[in-house]
Amino acid sequence: MRYLARRVIAAAVLVAVVSSGALLLTRLAPGDFASELFGAGASADTIARERARYGLDRSPVSQYLDWLGRAARLDFGVSLVYHRPVAELVAQRAANTGLLAFVALVFATLLGLPAGIITGSRRRGPLPTILRGLSLVLLSLPSLITSLVLVLVAARTQWFPTGGMQSAGAWDAGVFAGLADIARHLPLPALAIALPLSAMIERVQSQSMGDALEMPFTLSTLARGVPHSRLVWRDALRPAIGPVAAMYGFVLGSLLSGSFVVEVVTSWPGLGRLMYDALRARDLYLVAGCAAAGSLFLAVGTLLSDLLQAWADPRLRRDEPGGTSGGPA
Amino acid sequence: MRPLGAALLALVLLAALAAPVLAPNDPGQTFRAYLYAPPMRPRLVTADGRWQTPFVHPLRLVSRLEQRYEEDASQAIPLTFFSRGKLARLADESRGPWLPLGADREGRDLLARLLFGARTSLGVAMLATLAALLLGVLAGGVAGYRGGIVDEGIMRVAEFVLVLPAVYVVLALRAALPLVLPSWAVFSLMAAIFALVGWPWVARAVRAVVAVERTREYAAAAVSLGAGHARVLFGHLLPACRGQIGAQAILLLPSFILAEATLSYVGLGFPDTVPSWGSMLHEASNVNAMADFPWTLVPAAAIFAVTLAANLLVEKPDRAAW
Repeated sequence: MRYLARRVIAAAVLVAVVSSGALLLTRLAPGDFASELFGAGASADTIARERARYGLDRSPVSQYLDWLGRAARLDFGVSLVYHRPVAELVAQRAANTGLLAFVALVFATLLGLPAGIITGSRRRGPLPTILRGLSLVLLSLPSLITSLVLVLVAARTQWFPTGGMQSAGAWDAGVFAGLADIARHLPLPALAIALPLSAMIERVQSQSMGDALEMPFTLSTLARGVPHSRLVWRDALRPAIGPVAAMYGFVLGSLLSGSFVVEVVTSWPGLGRLMYDALRARDLYLVAGCAAAGSLFLAVGTLLSDLLQAWADPRLRRDEPGGTSGGPA
Repeated sequence: MRPLGAALLALVLLAALAAPVLAPNDPGQTFRAYLYAPPMRPRLVTADGRWQTPFVHPLRLVSRLEQRYEEDASQAIPLTFFSRGKLARLADESRGPWLPLGADREGRDLLARLLFGARTSLGVAMLATLAALLLGVLAGGVAGYRGGIVDEGIMRVAEFVLVLPAVYVVLALRAALPLVLPSWAVFSLMAAIFALVGWPWVARAVRAVVAVERTREYAAAAVSLGAGHARVLFGHLLPACRGQIGAQAILLLPSFILAEATLSYVGLGFPDTVPSWGSMLHEASNVNAMADFPWTLVPAAAIFAVTLAANLLVEKPDRAAW
């Protein structure tokens, strides 16, 4: 319980530091919302008036303290570009990114985990060799390239829509038609994130499977007459899954990074896209809001991955007394 | 597999160095009559089935509206090798340019842009890798050597940077700076930003080795012989990290190439006038054009090649068969 409390505090610190950092960086950067809005041609008068209107003419410190005070009460301000509350905007886009990231993670696990079990438990034979080669290729195809290639394939074959999240008017035909429409738009961006990720998972799973099969208990299990396939898919799997569970916490960062690229390439209306637009327009409250949402996503994800790890490896479940450092926040 | 990776990487580096010789055209030259021209591959067999020295068929515009070209099989322009400082060029250049990988939106030679772009992309990535190594080795070395609160402080910062999704940090830092800058400034700025994001990986690896090696006899021997802190750290302990540092460098290189490509793709990197793999991919943000003229995606293949080479290089040898 104390452990959990410490983790929650660490997560809160992470969110606070990241969003404050993003806000201050945007505020202190040359140029601001007003100057970006009107461009170089505008008169100093117009820009100054606009600046005053949005309260951008105050000192960075007072502006920051004001934001911090309101953020503590969960009021994240109003987006300068969209004229809508940041919380509302971010929540909607974050849900889109969450959906994409979750589906991608499921795809990656479904592809990578069995592949890793196969390559980790068998040395020779055509299947492990093919899987190993495939994984090396996928590992070398980062999301930017995968998504471009998938968009190319989609555009030429018309199998999938090349971008966006829903077609116009799909929801008019009812909830199911709307959901089906999203489901049609989802595979492409999700695969673009999932493919390189599945290769990473395959690598780790293969390694830890190999390690697990070298432990003494495998020999005793085999001696009891348990068939090799059952040893691999049941007995050795559970101890082998620990490192993969540990990786999930680490993967979240690359999941977010990958989702940014994919969101831009396939115009998926997610958090990454919003953050990028906010950064370009110097919409500082929106930047801070996106950063807060992103870091919250990270913190929660790391926590979940730790719980998953504890489930896979009971040795970790004993509540460590304050001695060990909790790892990265 | 390692020799394969090394060979692939060497090939790419060599191609970048030899760009002016390999590229038949200037990367900035625009052939107005050849917008989105398809690749013109060298041929050996003529239309009527005779073997001949390498030649290309000139392109003929079929449809101006769709920007569609066709090879004119009735004509053959022979290639000449090692003439006027080029590896291969057309013997008769008055009948149109040779575009081995096709042309882009403005009719520029994609091969030339790819080769000269390799100089930019690899250059940024290498400079950034060097800087990240320098920062990381210093930070990790000091942290591992001093231990205690210094170690704690440095590694906490490193861990914090490691958790953040790198793309956003790079994006935020780049977006915070003026957008339009001279290309040398973009170059060094990008390298600096990448190094700032990349150093913790190096630091973590170096720290782990140094913290162990510090307790070894040879380190104690060096101290008892009167070696100062700097001498022990840089002369005795860091050489033990060579393998780690090398592996980190090989992994950082492709990720920085990708970072450049990502930044330029979204329009925060090099402008269109500076050929780089990223600024070339930027054109692919127009989905329709990319679908009709897929050869504009060629820098993606180059990025894949470099990443594959790096992955082959660091791959662990297979476990002994059992």
